[in-house]
Amino acid sequence: MLRFFAYRLALIPLVAFGVITILFVIFKSVPGDEAAIVAGSAATQAEIEHIRVQLGLDKPLIEQYGRHLVGLLQGDFGYSPTFRGNPLPRILERVPATLLLMLSSILVTIIIGIPAGVTAAAYQNRWPDIAISSAVVALLAIPNFWLGMILIAVLSVQMGLLPSFGLAGPLSLVMPTIALSARLIALVARMTRGVVIEEMRKDYVRTARAKGLSRRVSLTRHVLRNAMIPTVTVIGLQAGYLLGGSVVVERLFAWPGIGDLLLAGINVRDYTLVQGITLLFVTGFLLINLAVEVLYVQINPRLRHG
Amino acid sequence: MVDVSSSVVAEEEGTAGWRRKRRNAFLWIGATLLAVFIVIAIFGRVLAPYDPLAQDLLALLDPPSSAHWFGVDGVGRDILSRLLVGTRTTLLIAVLSITIAGVFGVAFGLISGYFGGLTDRVITALMDLLLTIPSMVLAIAIVAAVGASATGLTVAITVSFIPPLSRLVRGRVMELREEDYISAARTIGMSRARLLVRHLLPNAISVIVIELSLLAGQAVLVGSALGFLGLGVQPPDPEWGAMLGASREYLAVAPHLVIAPGIAISLLVFAFNALGDGLRDRFDPNQSA
Repeated sequence: MLRFFAYRLALIPLVAFGVITILFVIFKSVPGDEAAIVAGSAATQAEIEHIRVQLGLDKPLIEQYGRHLVGLLQGDFGYSPTFRGNPLPRILERVPATLLLMLSSILVTIIIGIPAGVTAAAYQNRWPDIAISSAVVALLAIPNFWLGMILIAVLSVQMGLLPSFGLAGPLSLVMPTIALSARLIALVARMTRGVVIEEMRKDYVRTARAKGLSRRVSLTRHVLRNAMIPTVTVIGLQAGYLLGGSVVVERLFAWPGIGDLLLAGINVRDYTLVQGITLLFVTGFLLINLAVEVLYVQINPRLRHG
Repeated sequence: MVDVSSSVVAEEEGTAGWRRKRRNAFLWIGATLLAVFIVIAIFGRVLAPYDPLAQDLLALLDPPSSAHWFGVDGVGRDILSRLLVGTRTTLLIAVLSITIAGVFGVAFGLISGYFGGLTDRVITALMDLLLTIPSMVLAIAIVAAVGASATGLTVAITVSFIPPLSRLVRGRVMELREEDYISAARTIGMSRARLLVRHLLPNAISVIVIELSLLAGQAVLVGSALGFLGLGVQPPDPEWGAMLGASREYLAVAPHLVIAPGIAISLLVFAFNALGDGLRDRFDPNQSA
């Protein structure tokens, strides 16, 4: 177990190295003069040349790549025109807001998704199941930003209940969390329903029922324990959605996270910033997946010696 | 005893039959809905009551009426006409990206799964690497690099869809490779290319078609999300996500602008999802949720 964990942890820098290389290739192939972009539209040719030399953009690509790698190792993401320097500290100060949004979305997913799935399974093919299963189908088709806009229109504009932008107090978390977690809730509910139905047919549940255990108790005591697994699976599989979706949701709600900063960077063609944030997203993705694997083993002891 | 067990079987068969019917319904609803969208995509310009770019400055932000069924946007354009004309853009981006991603993903998957060895390791490593970049983030990075346009959007979605497809096909091929008929075909001296195209591909095709259908729904979601962010189709061309993005600033005064484009996106995604789920239940029952 420990060895497995250490192995996976050691893999992260390796993957990060690969991703850094891919991003370097993507952004070096951008048409247009990088120095001119950094200098801005008002710059003279002399200023552009000065910046080119200063940033080392006149050097061969392979040397630029080497410097880029060495810089990253020292925590230097490169020159960001937006922040006139290394953007790392400014990126990091926005991480907590994004983390907060993701954690609250995962929490809401668990609180709503699991009971919904269990309810659907317990009333299989009867109206609660049909209602929940229909809601799942609908939620999987609705774009998160549209859901968010509808929420703003109803809860903020019409009813004046919730703030529609920014991060100020717990109330401002409500709508972004709903918008981001809707898809996850649907997936968890659907998968939980499937697992619970399957488990309820198994011998151990039949034994429990035969011993005289009520349906409710056999469900909560035996089946539910196994129902945690799909939740963890969904969060692992949808880690990419969680990160990518947060970019859209943050923009809609003017949430002060890294997704919002990423889009700001794209608007001003600040590729240093864009690469840095993408790298951070990848790191987050790898860490979530690592956490998922650890959780798997925690929930399912059978995997412990595998 | 016999009675009890047969009643259990009957009950399970009853449930399965009901489920099959419901899934079949999904398949038909999805296919019908998609057919309607395709017709709109082809004849959108003819069906549209107005020019999607024409501005009627006297009708700015008008709510739905008999003249403008879904209302008028912030610069005086008819929402219904823009929706109808925009259907082609959305559908084309989705279909193009899954087609190109399908070709590359299947090719990589087939080669990697069948040949194994170094080829497999190189392809798998590259695909795994791309899979660690969340597809939405990868799409955003690619659009940032190639520029925001319908083409950039298609490239971005395509690239982000190749790795999951390649992984899926590879897994299926590795399963099939061990089958007797494959070794039989090899024994009688069939060429590798022929074996791949004539035997492995047809047996993997159901899995591929199902995945492509579900990915098409994803393509619509990602495409409209990027349009919403201003990173997709550029104004004034009508595109559903961009229409929603533009209506954001009028949320307080004209919330009706938000309704129709959102429903259009949801319906199209639902059509692809229903088709994919329906196909999966029909052709690949073991995999269905």
